[in-house]
Amino acid sequence: MSQAQTREFTPLSACRRDFPALHQLVNDHPLAYLDNAASAQQPELVIETVARYQQHDHANVHRGVHTLSHRATEAYEGARDKIGSFINAPSRDEVILTSGTTESINLVAQSFCGPRLKEGDEILISHMEHHSNIVPWQLVCEQTGATLVVAPINQDGELVYEAFVDLVSDKTRLIAVAHVSNALGTINPVADIIALARDRNIPVLLDGAQCVPHMAVDVQALGCDFYAFSGHKMFGPTGTGVLWGKQAHLDAMPPYQGGGEMILEVSFDGTIYNDLPYKFEAGTPNISGIVGLGAAIDYLQATGMARIEEHESRLLGYMMQKLGDIDGVRLIGTAANKAGVQSFLVDDIHPHDLGTILDHQGVAIRTGHHCAMPVMEFFGVPGTARASLALYNNQDDIDQLLEAVVKARQIFS
Amino acid sequence: MTAAANTDELRDLYRELILDHARNPRHFHKLDGATHTAEGINPLCGDKLRLYVRLDDDVIREAAFEGSGCAISVASASLLTDLVTGLSKQQAVECFMEVTGRLTGPTAREPRDIGVSLDKIRALDGVRDYPLRVKCATLAWHALNSAVHGQTEPVSTE
Repeated sequence: MSQAQTREFTPLSACRRDFPALHQLVNDHPLAYLDNAASAQQPELVIETVARYQQHDHANVHRGVHTLSHRATEAYEGARDKIGSFINAPSRDEVILTSGTTESINLVAQSFCGPRLKEGDEILISHMEHHSNIVPWQLVCEQTGATLVVAPINQDGELVYEAFVDLVSDKTRLIAVAHVSNALGTINPVADIIALARDRNIPVLLDGAQCVPHMAVDVQALGCDFYAFSGHKMFGPTGTGVLWGKQAHLDAMPPYQGGGEMILEVSFDGTIYNDLPYKFEAGTPNISGIVGLGAAIDYLQATGMARIEEHESRLLGYMMQKLGDIDGVRLIGTAANKAGVQSFLVDDIHPHDLGTILDHQGVAIRTGHHCAMPVMEFFGVPGTARASLALYNNQDDIDQLLEAVVKARQIFS
Repeated sequence: MTAAANTDELRDLYRELILDHARNPRHFHKLDGATHTAEGINPLCGDKLRLYVRLDDDVIREAAFEGSGCAISVASASLLTDLVTGLSKQQAVECFMEVTGRLTGPTAREPRDIGVSLDKIRALDGVRDYPLRVKCATLAWHALNSAVHGQTEPVSTE
């Protein structure tokens, strides 16, 4: 048996070869890329698919009668089909292609909530949300006089579910929560939340940016109303994202932006909007990016979401235990149900000093507030160091992280 | 590069003097009687500090700061308060230009003679190799420049 096969975490070891960026020295050390919650690396398949599209097939979509326009449209709409099937959407018409989770959530805030909200209405979120799932709601609340209600979290970084239930009222018009927290890794009890909301006829939006790359998502099984996620965290290009929404909602919503593509007929007396999903896709989209996202989904499906989830779960267990064993390390985010994200602090070393020392040893992590300032404020810290996993990480990456943390303590001792 | 040389480079950034000032920042308090003050914010790092100076006859009689930040930004602010006490307003501005120029310029050079010893700022030289951290080191100096010019808007490194 080779040495590689004797390692504990090897089921996905072959995947590592598929990601060119992982095979380099950074500051004279092999790169240990543990900043996947910020953005993941792309496999050769995605890079080549985008390049092939650019080299052979690029034209505008849905516009020309010429061959390249047809090829571009086929590739772009083919990616929409892949995305729909990946999340088990009942219809491709419900798959709105956006620039990312942020745009997807803003679209729902402005187009779904904007016309419906009135003074006294409430939108319920949690204390662990990313700024992208806070600020769009603040904006629409300011515009309409509605109130943003925030459900508390506990010291482990879990939603306090009983308090959450108490905050659901007959004024609640929407519940918007992270499926997985980007700063803490907490997997929220979305099945319970959705069941509760359904009983009271309250629509639910899930921010799935940190979930989709790591475990299977089935929007029909979940039963949510909207599901938002980003391409670049799931091994696709930046500037790509998805909003899935129930057709009845999407049909009832006015367009989010005006422009080309989203219309059937324009005259100065009035304009007839296009059908779903095009009603929400004004302007020329990020065609090559979406084509690349389609390839990323091919890659994820070939690898198998169940295998990815199991692999990352084992690695997370190892990382949490070993990090926690180092003197002076404080783990932030210790929920019982977690995905592959670990925030931590080391003694009183500022996270940015830690980030520089780790980078010096080839370890890439995120440091700072992770666009979740309320979470940092809750834990009373200016920021944290955060290591986040993807399918290509292995035990060596974690060991390199641990060694670098020990080194940081020596330098600051 | 050997592992030892790699560690040496880190030690060059986190020199003893830097670590000492980061752990025990000097003049680390609000300054009652300050005539000028400015806030410095580094959104990338979350460093946030407020610099106070008491100018009298165009001479900095006292300087102090408060806030939070990484070791580099706190040490740099602490060194600053040591250095600028007793300087004229004009000298303080020259000091700001010297430090920022030194950390962002093409090559390290001997500190320019502005009539005060700038030897201590050599401790920040290691930052030159870390472009992402230069803003941490210059934050307090930008705040100083802003304060003595009487600007009241927070200074941001972005």
